[in-house]
Amino acid sequence: MPDYLAQVLQRHPQNAPPWLDAVHREGRRSCLARTLPTPKTESWKYTSLRALEQDNYAGLPTPAQAPLETHYHIDGFDSYTLVFVNGHFSPALSGNALPEGVELVRFSEADEAQARAIQTRLGEVAQREQSIFTALNESGLQDGVYLRVKPNVRLETPIQVVWLTTPQSEAFTVSQRLLLVMESGSEAELLEYFTSDTTQQNSFTNGITELVLGDNARLQHYRLHTEQEQALHIGGVHASLGRDADLNSFHLATGGALKRIDIVVNHAGPGAHCTLQGVYLLRNKQHVDYHTCIEHRVPHCTTDEVFRGIVGGAARAVFNGRIHIHPNAQKTLAQLSNKNLLTSAQAEVDTKPELEIYADDVQCAHGATVAQLDETSLHYLRTRGLAPEQARVMLSFGFINELLNRIADPAVATHLRPLLSDFFGDGNHLAEPPV
Amino acid sequence: MLSIENLRATVAGKDILNGLSLQVKAGEVHAIMGPNGSGKSTLGHVLAGRPGYEVTAGSVAFNGVDLLAMETEERAREGLFLAFQYPVEIPGVSNMEFLKAAVDAVRAQRGEPPVDSVAFLKQARAVCEQVSLDQSFLRRGVNEGFSGGEKKRNELMQMLLLEPRLAILDETDSGLDIDALQVVADGVNHLRDPERAIVLVTHYQRLLNHIEPDFVHVLAGGRIVKSGDKSLALELEAKGYGWLEEEVA
Repeated sequence: MPDYLAQVLQRHPQNAPPWLDAVHREGRRSCLARTLPTPKTESWKYTSLRALEQDNYAGLPTPAQAPLETHYHIDGFDSYTLVFVNGHFSPALSGNALPEGVELVRFSEADEAQARAIQTRLGEVAQREQSIFTALNESGLQDGVYLRVKPNVRLETPIQVVWLTTPQSEAFTVSQRLLLVMESGSEAELLEYFTSDTTQQNSFTNGITELVLGDNARLQHYRLHTEQEQALHIGGVHASLGRDADLNSFHLATGGALKRIDIVVNHAGPGAHCTLQGVYLLRNKQHVDYHTCIEHRVPHCTTDEVFRGIVGGAARAVFNGRIHIHPNAQKTLAQLSNKNLLTSAQAEVDTKPELEIYADDVQCAHGATVAQLDETSLHYLRTRGLAPEQARVMLSFGFINELLNRIADPAVATHLRPLLSDFFGDGNHLAEPPV
Repeated sequence: MLSIENLRATVAGKDILNGLSLQVKAGEVHAIMGPNGSGKSTLGHVLAGRPGYEVTAGSVAFNGVDLLAMETEERAREGLFLAFQYPVEIPGVSNMEFLKAAVDAVRAQRGEPPVDSVAFLKQARAVCEQVSLDQSFLRRGVNEGFSGGEKKRNELMQMLLLEPRLAILDETDSGLDIDALQVVADGVNHLRDPERAIVLVTHYQRLLNHIEPDFVHVLAGGRIVKSGDKSLALELEAKGYGWLEEEVA
């Protein structure tokens, strides 16, 4: 394992703007001072980095033609879109008119003032000292996206950032970074799509997203992971919520050889609210690990977190949901639910809600379940003529469709339904007919 | 259409049906009445093939075919429909999606292509109106958060869309107010057809004021102890079940 780290750190990002050198240096320094986590590291107990070790992912990402066999286009989701292929911006695939009231630049095209702003804010929320993978991300940054929404601007057009991968001759690591700064009173919708073409991938994506929500800012955020199953991903979303800010963040991951996503939300101003929802679907020998951590540092903040997963084959899902209520965070309302459906005897789920409460006037609830399909429901569907397999698909899909039904943007929900029902039914579309 | 001979069944090792026989012909409406614990619901579940309900003796022929040898879904596709006393809630599966899948499954059995989505939606909306359910129920999860009466009407809606050859209604009238009861009765009367048979399993005579049965049977101790015409229901209403149990004993 040290081999991977040593090798990847020897390679320097190409064509990066000179001002990123300092970021690379700090990231590298931080990595060199540490080692990669092992199964003895508590937060990595159930997630092995062996897949990263086995193949040498130390190659550098190179510009590539956009793959054609992808499914990232969302019908009816009229967004301003930036597409990166293996970490390189693809102007041909990106476009639409940039909406008013925002600053949206790539790190590689930032002017001096913007570069300074990025340098100041980068790493403020996702701190390199907290995770070696954040430091690794910095050491390999070749480009990134900086998005600033100006005070009291309501962004009517959603922003979509697509991070695509396609195989290269040699396995490679790509650092991807997004920094969103929402000024006071602003509103926006941001969708991040991590996906790939359908051929066998040899990429390791290390994607870090920082969301800085100012006072009273509102963000509708999506982070979707539907890469081909050989792709590796370790990354996360780190958010800081100002006073009365509202973050609604939806997550989806289909399984892969190694997928680990950390979601860290800091309630930094009183009255902030966070809705966090997630769905994960695994089969074969796939692995998905969601670690969420909500830090309630100040009073009167609320958190509503629901994750659901369906695990089949010989797959393994890991969910760790931590809610940390600091002594000062009185009047906190927080709830966390994680439900899992196991569809095979070999499938495994390791779920752990972790509540740490140091304030005395709070309301918190948490629950985690692991279950199989309900036999009574299965029978009911069969009495209406559905074959057992069709009934199973329908019930499994229903289990996650409850969360899809809560997705704020109907275009996103409509896009995901057939994609996810395909995951169970091999083409057996369960998209709802229009009513 | 349905020929039950000397049917015996156990649930969790306990004898519930003890030699039940019943003949139902096309075009007929049968009412099966009986006190609590007489085996009324068990009969419906056994006919629908519910897991855990074990047939230990007897036979059931449905249109001349051995019903008990068929899988639950095969029975449904052949035209057997059981309206559940306690319909199951399935959150996340939209009622519309479920209804279409059910109708398509029955159509596939008959060698017909899946129903056209737009035409089916129109039909489903009309049936919604027929059973006095708001159309929003088509979008909601199957029975999710429905009241007792709404669940029963949803069963009725399925029945009207699936147009079964044999419909068994397991206490569909229980817990309904008079208005809802009328809706159920209208639905059943609407389905009455020379080609179709209907079995009403009920605890109360009240339903039979709205649906006139051709035959009334009394189930007690897991078998039919008395059969008659609709006047038997009135007699039961007046005298209760006690006299029958004594007569049988």
